[in-house]
Amino acid sequence: MASTTPTDSLPPTPAPPVTGLNSKSTGRAGDKVFLALSRGSGILLLVIMASIAAFLTYRATLAISENEGNFLTTFDWNPAGDPPVFGIAVLLFGTVVSSIIAMVIAVPVAVGIALFISHYAPRRLATPIAYVVDLLAAVPSIIYGIWGALFLVPYLEGLNLWLDDFFGWTYVFEKTEVGVARSLFTVGVLLAIMILPIVTSVSREVFLQVPRMNEEAALALGATRWEVIRMSVLPFGRSGVISASMLGLGRALGETMAVATVLSPSFLISLHLLNPGGGTFAQNIAAKFDEANEFGRDALIASGLVLFVLTLLVNGAARLIIARRKEYSGANA
Amino acid sequence: MKLQRKNGLRAAALGALVVSGTLVLSACGSDDNSGGTSGSGETTSAASDIKCDGATGKLLASGSSAQKNAMDLWVKNYMAACTGVEVNYKSSSSGEGIVAFNQGTVGFAGSDSALKPDEVEESKKICKGGQGINLPMVGGPIAIGYNVPGVDKLNLDAATIAKIFNGKIKNWNDPAIAELNKDAELPDKAIQAFHRSEDSGTTQNLGKYLGATAKADWPYEAEKKWPAPGGQAASGSSGVAAQVKQNEGAIGYFELSYATSQSIPTVSIATGAAAPVDATSENASKAIAAAKVKGTGKDLALELDYATKAEGAYPMVLVTYEVVCDTGNKPETLDTVKSFLTYAAGDEGQKVLSDHGYAPIPAEINAKVRETVAGLK
Repeated sequence: MASTTPTDSLPPTPAPPVTGLNSKSTGRAGDKVFLALSRGSGILLLVIMASIAAFLTYRATLAISENEGNFLTTFDWNPAGDPPVFGIAVLLFGTVVSSIIAMVIAVPVAVGIALFISHYAPRRLATPIAYVVDLLAAVPSIIYGIWGALFLVPYLEGLNLWLDDFFGWTYVFEKTEVGVARSLFTVGVLLAIMILPIVTSVSREVFLQVPRMNEEAALALGATRWEVIRMSVLPFGRSGVISASMLGLGRALGETMAVATVLSPSFLISLHLLNPGGGTFAQNIAAKFDEANEFGRDALIASGLVLFVLTLLVNGAARLIIARRKEYSGANA
Repeated sequence: MKLQRKNGLRAAALGALVVSGTLVLSACGSDDNSGGTSGSGETTSAASDIKCDGATGKLLASGSSAQKNAMDLWVKNYMAACTGVEVNYKSSSSGEGIVAFNQGTVGFAGSDSALKPDEVEESKKICKGGQGINLPMVGGPIAIGYNVPGVDKLNLDAATIAKIFNGKIKNWNDPAIAELNKDAELPDKAIQAFHRSEDSGTTQNLGKYLGATAKADWPYEAEKKWPAPGGQAASGSSGVAAQVKQNEGAIGYFELSYATSQSIPTVSIATGAAAPVDATSENASKAIAAAKVKGTGKDLALELDYATKAEGAYPMVLVTYEVVCDTGNKPETLDTVKSFLTYAAGDEGQKVLSDHGYAPIPAEINAKVRETVAGLK
């Protein structure tokens, strides 16, 4: 950067005490330029974000003010109709439920893989497994979608029928409609596979950072390997695993193409998770955007804003949880 | 994530990239199912009756994807004959085409359904001194494909189709289906009805047909959005066709070319004619021949006779229009629009349609289209 030149040309004087970025006492040109640059970039970012938010909110209010249905409770999406009626109830339900299913499946498995890689597997096995898991994250989501539609859906049909047979009494796993397994449950399984790499790899890094002393102390007290994990690794890694899960949840909430390819969308809420039907915010936007007129796009933007708020809430909650457990966080080790 | 740890991993990542890249690229190709017959051989032969009178520069158009394959052929032949002219048809959707037309960004738009009154009103801003009009150019049958092992031929009437698609008939051995197919061995199997998940002109045209012929069983408005409860959805004609192909007991609707290219058997419709009518482009032409012009003035929007009982007329058809201004077209593209549409509505332009699963517009209406195109200002 140009800002280094004046600093270099100065005669070697005793360095003044460093007092932080905001200090104006140094008087060096380079510092000033750098300060202005970084402050400017920060402000520019905020201005861009704010104008995007303002634009989206404006477009969303245009659509919502014309909506004849209740935006939050209507089970329909017909902004092109006369009168226009649309609501996000089904999308909100589908997004939340499919993400919960994904989390329930993915997090325990990911923690298991991470523990295996970091504490159980011999080094020669651990490295390739870690690579393979990381590689899964590099596969684009449309590929997961195609794989899901062509391979996972036919295979999950058997699992669905089995769940229906043995767990039909739970209501949730009762299959009341015929149809292939293009259901919210299948979407949840697919999302679980998709978020597995990110959760695994962050958890693994955290587990590897458990202070050696803690583990050795536990071993010295006569703990078995599982007891070591239970008493020192898991408590230490808890906040890291939570952050990893939130990263995964973020991906699950916003996943578009894979869901759009696998799900058979409909505007009905059903707690029978094996029935085809349902929808998610991102999937709905992808499916409706092409044919939507300008008003329809405004309506889709409004639904996208709800997804944005939902993601914000989830991230905020995660930060709260992590903040409460700060003393365990890897950064302090 | 530490992807860059070792070269071995880089190689693996590269390999994965190549594999997935190939998959993505091949997935993009799935839309085009005109079946490689549109070879370059036709280009030279079709050049004869194209008149490039004054056509110059670049003509932008956009709209219905239903006529994409027809448009591709026309554009290719036209551009081969008239060098120096560039016609660019962006196949998006009817709605998008009309929006673009009313913003004045395209020379003409393609649409599966005629302009609505408020869209005509809006078009007056762009067409100085005139308004937007519909010119029927391409027809085609909507086929109903099914997947029932052991049943090679299936006859259905409008009421049965309506009941299947709104979930009133749930099983393939239902008496209503058996009544229409006395010779067929219908299995005791649940029906899985598939429809389009996104808004679609095909859905709207199916709705128009069912609404006109089986009002009691299909009480919904003909909208682009799927109206009936239940059933399963898939994205795009290709998505519906793929699901029907994949699942035993499935039934779904799509343009005929998707059925022929994937060899999916299609339903013959019992219209009240002596024999049930197969879904073919000739039979669709016969049904479109019974259409009447309902547009006033130069507007040639058609009113299709869905309830036709004529022998061999397949009634479940869609017609796509080109939307232009009758007066007040942009001067810089007017000559190109006239020249291009004259070719498309001409004998050769219409003849290439039937070779590709579309149905030509009947001669009587076609004559009016040519007359109107010649008089565009």
